Amino acid sequence: MLSDVTFGQYYPSNSFVHKLDPRTKILLLIAYIVMIFVAQNFFGLALSLLFLAVAVIFSGVPFTSILKSIKGIIFLVVFTALLNILFYAPKEGDTHLFWIIYLEGLFSAGFLALRLVSLVMGSSLLTLTTTPVSLTDGIESLLSPLKLIKFPVHDLALIMSIALRSIPTLANETERIINAQKARGADFDSGNIISRAKALIPVLIPLLISAFRRGDELGDAMDARCYSGSKVRTKYKKLTFGVRDLVAFLIVCALIAGVILFNIYGAQLWALIASLWS
Amino acid sequence: MQAIEFKNVSFSYGSEDGRSEVLKNFSLTIKQGSFVALLGRNGSGKSTCAKLINGLLIPNEGTVTVFGMSTAEKDNLFEIRKRAGMVFQNPDNQQIASIVEDDVAFGPENIGLDREEIKKRIDFALKVTGTEGFRDSQVARLSGGQKQRVAIAGAIAISPDILILDESTSMLDPKGRQEVMHVVRTLNKEKGMTVIDITHYMDEAVEADEVLILGDGVVKAQGSPDEIFAKKDIIAECGLELPRSAKIAESLKKAGLPLGDGILTKESLSERLCELLRKI
Repeated sequence: MLSDVTFGQYYPSNSFVHKLDPRTKILLLIAYIVMIFVAQNFFGLALSLLFLAVAVIFSGVPFTSILKSIKGIIFLVVFTALLNILFYAPKEGDTHLFWIIYLEGLFSAGFLALRLVSLVMGSSLLTLTTTPVSLTDGIESLLSPLKLIKFPVHDLALIMSIALRSIPTLANETERIINAQKARGADFDSGNIISRAKALIPVLIPLLISAFRRGDELGDAMDARCYSGSKVRTKYKKLTFGVRDLVAFLIVCALIAGVILFNIYGAQLWALIASLWS
Repeated sequence: MQAIEFKNVSFSYGSEDGRSEVLKNFSLTIKQGSFVALLGRNGSGKSTCAKLINGLLIPNEGTVTVFGMSTAEKDNLFEIRKRAGMVFQNPDNQQIASIVEDDVAFGPENIGLDREEIKKRIDFALKVTGTEGFRDSQVARLSGGQKQRVAIAGAIAISPDILILDESTSMLDPKGRQEVMHVVRTLNKEKGMTVIDITHYMDEAVEADEVLILGDGVVKAQGSPDEIFAKKDIIAECGLELPRSAKIAESLKKAGLPLGDGILTKESLSERLCELLRKI
């Protein structure tokens, strides 16, 4: 049961998006988030979503996997939207529907919900198309300017990658301990939440001790393999930006410009659509 | 120059008095290019011995030198660890990266090699250990024997002159053990690597050039497998047993078959038995 646990939710494929440099993808995600928050009307948001949709198509990841990522935050989205509708502070000229509900309130709630949903879908596209390992490499490389202020970027990245690689090991260990405790009559599946949580203590303590023991041995193994900090250390895998990264950057720049234009001319655009409608 | 030299080494864990010493006035030399099996019961100081060689532990008294460099000098440690690689017991506790290739690259990266050289080293290490097929695999998905071969690849990617196996086969099944021992033998015979194999498996020890038995903090016996396994009293005293084929030969002799002495391997046992059959 626990051995299936893997960090993230990588969807293996050989697509354009998968092949992008992890740094590009991280930067694009940041740009995308900025786009979502800069957008002040539905046009800008629609443009961001269009960008996401195109990215998803190019990534070969099925839309259902992207949609699944929303499941975890659906409660949060509904809750925020409700609050927004109920506590909308009406301005002059707003359309009153009934009770304390205003049309503008509905709009603003819908807008916020859409923002949250697009945010999560975008982030999940990153983890779906990037292995944890290359994500770590990307973060290390992006943080490397911090070396100038003596921030231990390299050590941080090494810690992250060891943490990632320890997940399957510790998951196996947890399963083993649970089985060992079950064999001695421990009961994990009955009783209320509190007694179940208590039942986990005899699992967590051995797990913690064994993690320390493993850490100790890993330290020896690292020493034995000549680890001496980042002083002389070189890097085998170098990240390189390619043409496709440049293309991706250009597209995003154009999109951000588009969002800003929509912000400025949004009102006029509404008016135009309204006049075309009638 | 000797590859490894222990001179009057004493070592105990913790510094308080009254603790029993793991090694007492312990001396030992290991020649370059030899294949040495280190035997002894649990707690006899085998692993301590291994960790003293590459400076993970420093002797309380006496000196340990590797190619003339003392492990007590902090400045020597980097060079010593470059020349004496070590593979530990549990493959899960010596793996650094998730992917095989990245894990093997860890050592060469640490000694500051450039990209091209690291790639060559990885190619070589994976080829020798027969793990080329797993290059891009996740280490977590490999079997124990495969993981341990990757661990050996990680050690030899630094291209050491000495390879220390600290019970590296003890967590493997017979097939995994064979895989690993095959790799180690190849490294010893073809690349001239000095191998120190700490083990509980007598059948592994039979294949060594030299067998050392540790007990009570000293070397109890040292010699070729033939010499060592002839000393049945010492074997018993140190909590060890004979190789399987030797045990079978013993029982057959007790039952009256005139097999003669010095049978340690499956091959020699079947040879003697065939000889006997021909005489009949």
